[in-house]
Amino acid sequence: MFFQTIADNIADWGPRLLAGLRLTFSVTAGGFCLAFMLALLIEFLRTRRHAAVRFIARLYIASARGVPILVILYLLYFALPGAGITLSAVAAGTIGLAAVYAAYLAEVFRAGLHAVPAGQREAALSSGMSPLQAFRLVLLPQAVRHTIAPLLINLVSLLKDSSICALIAVPELTLVSRELMSESFLPLHVFALTALLYFGLAWPASLVARALEQRLHQQGQRDSGRGKRPVVEVAAVG
Amino acid sequence: MAADTLLEVANLGKTFGHLTVLKNVSFNLSRGERVALIGPSGSGKSTCLRAINYLEPPTEGDIRLEGQSIGRRPNGQRMTDREMAPQRAEIGMVFQHFHLWPHLSVRENVALQPRKVRGMSRSDAEMLAGDLLGKVHLAHKAEEMPQRLSGGQQQRVAIARALAQQPKLLLFDEPTSALDPELVGEVLTVIKELAAEGRAMVLVTHEIAFAREVADRILFMDGGQIVEEGPAKSVLDQPQSPRLKQFLASLQLGGPDE
Amino acid sequence: MSDALPGLIVEAFFAGALVTVKVTAGALAVALAIGMTLAAATVLTNSRMLQTAIRIYVEALRNVPSLTFLFLLYYGLASLGLRLSSMVAAIVGLGLIGGAITVDIFRSGFRSIPVGQSEAATSIGLTPFAAFRLIVLPQGLRQALPSIGNYAVALVKDTSLVAAIAAPEIMFNARQLVNETFQTGLIYGSVALVYLVLTGAVAQVMSLVERRLETR
Repeated sequence: MFFQTIADNIADWGPRLLAGLRLTFSVTAGGFCLAFMLALLIEFLRTRRHAAVRFIARLYIASARGVPILVILYLLYFALPGAGITLSAVAAGTIGLAAVYAAYLAEVFRAGLHAVPAGQREAALSSGMSPLQAFRLVLLPQAVRHTIAPLLINLVSLLKDSSICALIAVPELTLVSRELMSESFLPLHVFALTALLYFGLAWPASLVARALEQRLHQQGQRDSGRGKRPVVEVAAVG
Repeated sequence: MAADTLLEVANLGKTFGHLTVLKNVSFNLSRGERVALIGPSGSGKSTCLRAINYLEPPTEGDIRLEGQSIGRRPNGQRMTDREMAPQRAEIGMVFQHFHLWPHLSVRENVALQPRKVRGMSRSDAEMLAGDLLGKVHLAHKAEEMPQRLSGGQQQRVAIARALAQQPKLLLFDEPTSALDPELVGEVLTVIKELAAEGRAMVLVTHEIAFAREVADRILFMDGGQIVEEGPAKSVLDQPQSPRLKQFLASLQLGGPDE
Repeated sequence: MSDALPGLIVEAFFAGALVTVKVTAGALAVALAIGMTLAAATVLTNSRMLQTAIRIYVEALRNVPSLTFLFLLYYGLASLGLRLSSMVAAIVGLGLIGGAITVDIFRSGFRSIPVGQSEAATSIGLTPFAAFRLIVLPQGLRQALPSIGNYAVALVKDTSLVAAIAAPEIMFNARQLVNETFQTGLIYGSVALVYLVLTGAVAQVMSLVERRLETR
């Protein structure tokens, strides 16, 4: 019965859901790339010598983590026009997500560098490398290994949070599903289908991330020198 | 300054807040001289060693390598890590926990410094690395990743890595303390060979018998100060100060020396 | 702009914040109850079926957006004849998702206690359940606290979503206000501040609790 209903409607629902999914992809991908670059900047600022610069970076991270994404989206979409800047819903959605996730990714970068044992940097510096060389040749390659899984986890998180953009009328998957529901009065079927679509994207990615973390943890037990600290859970919770 | 003085350590002091770890430590090292720093845990010997290449910047005092002040600019201010890099390149350090770089092969570990700091070509650097690995009897492990080597092997690679700097001075920070007992010998053998070549070195170690054999001079530290020093054999065979006598006695009993 | 405006705003914010706190507290309670119970069950039983069932629950709820799940719950159940109020749907929905999150947190907290301690406990004659209750549970909870704290902070932020199913929390009231007054910057900016205060307060409480437990 349930599946029959879905089959009956799939001709109408299918293309519209896919169109929404496409937009979900754009917002997620765009938001993640923007967040990544912003996070590099923030983490760079957080390690400068000037206390004021470091403070600004830390303040940004604390604020972005303490305010709901929905509020940020509302501010960008509804409040900015008052200041003369009008963003499209998609732009507001992408920028809003990026602004928040930049804070989480900055923490991922920080944890990645932190996971490299201090002795590595010492060995590099004492052989006569400049701090920049030490970073580029010794710290960064090792830090990257520790960031891949958390980055993937954050990507999945961002994918889920892209649904919030529905509330500022971005025609992504969740908004489309709401429309379909109000047209068909079949919330159970529509939302179950939608949930399944999200699940189909998020779950495999989560599994890959978890497998990567496992492998990294096992490697860490065998590495040269003292054992490393376990990978810190820095992904956005939920 | 005598013509063959390599290292001058003058009035070295180090405090962490209220804790004084080093107080008024002074000694010189001549070219080709081998000095061992011994003493109980917490005596400051490792801190003293790490101050020489400014990994642990001293709060007071001066370090000079061939007359050049390490870590300080002419106006007395501390140098940045970037400014210190060329000076550190002249000093090779071997760490207690080896700290080999796990993302590089054994050969790449040894060749990295000559390539990236001294600008050697890749082939020259790799040849140098090969030679040095042969010197520490690990030529057959050159393409392995460090994690697959035993502790003793990793430490020997670390020694080859330090030698690749073609340093004026070698610093050993308790090189065998982190090794299983049966692996200690292979590392000590390599250090002995280096000493026999007449390389200048400062060696912090718990292996007293080894220090007696390899070092020209021994400095006994306790409580952050040099309590007794002199030619290796006479300091150990005829200790003068009560604290050194007590330290050596505690080692005989096989108990903890700290 | 009328004189009554500031008063209206404060009133709306207060009422909204109250609802936010209620929803957060309710969902947190549900989430912790579910999480702790299921995690304890995992540790105490060896039932393969139970483990699989829990896995399915966790994977399903963690890989679906909160908003979609809230819609599914609120509108879906209504279509089946079960009309939940917005508040109840919010608490149940966020609570179920929270359960899926906390069950893993508690499980790793319980697992982190060295096996030797449980062995010592059973070897003096304690039943497995007593050993769990007296040795593993208290320590495991302490271990889990920081991650639970993170979850609590995230939960406060997630309550903003329940505005979409018409629960009269801060965002919902704020939108009404904006419709009447058009003061978007002021109102939404204030909302952001309120959330900062709320999340900051929760974070502070959590670290206070953590510190208290350290010194005992």
